Amino acid sequence: MALNLAEAISSIETQAVAADWRAAIRLAGAGLVAGGAATDAYTAEMIAAVEQHGPYIVIAPGIALAHSRPSPAVLTGGLSWVSLATPVEFGNAANDPVTLVIGLAAKDHDAHLKVMQALAGVLSDSAAMKRLAVAATADEVRAVLGDLAAAA
Amino acid sequence: MKIVAVCGMGIGTSVLLKMTAEKVLANLGIDADVESADMGVARGAAQTAEIVLTSEELAEELGDVPAQVIVIKNFFDLEEITEKLTAAVE
Repeated sequence: MALNLAEAISSIETQAVAADWRAAIRLAGAGLVAGGAATDAYTAEMIAAVEQHGPYIVIAPGIALAHSRPSPAVLTGGLSWVSLATPVEFGNAANDPVTLVIGLAAKDHDAHLKVMQALAGVLSDSAAMKRLAVAATADEVRAVLGDLAAAA
Repeated sequence: MKIVAVCGMGIGTSVLLKMTAEKVLANLGIDADVESADMGVARGAAQTAEIVLTSEELAEELGDVPAQVIVIKNFFDLEEITEKLTAAVE
């Protein structure tokens, strides 16, 4: 059985409302803070990363991987999951608008590789993503992720 | 062959891109070493790599490097990455 992504995600919010990309990242950051993965300062670092490098974190149609680099603002590290009720533009021509923001905080470059493998497995599985897109509650998201891990 | 997957921070998008690229290279039977790097490291690593994989925004930021720079739109699209890598190694 593969790593169950649901166990690595400290906070799941569905049908969230964000006015713009900064608000969407703040929700993902709040999820990391709620799960004890990072401090509020990390949220500001994730926003600054996009301001510095552009909206490259929108890595596939509709999916943004909000993150910054390992820093003192990262406590345990972890993931947060925010699906948006209304899609938000990040300014990425190829992959806008965004409906799912994953927040990622990592203590170092290697600690989270198993989690990243599980994440890549889920995000690249289009059938799974269709099920996750219609999951209306955090429990439904966890249930789908659990099924995927059991099947992998 | 040395390939560098580049992102702004070196821990997130480049790691995912490296994983997809490794899957594609294995399918194609191409023996290559893929490393993930942040922008700072990448400017150095790109001097000795043959191929750089990155997103459009970061390709502009990376500027001129000796390596062939391939822009990937969808980091999970095996077809897109297969097509672009195949064209690059020919």
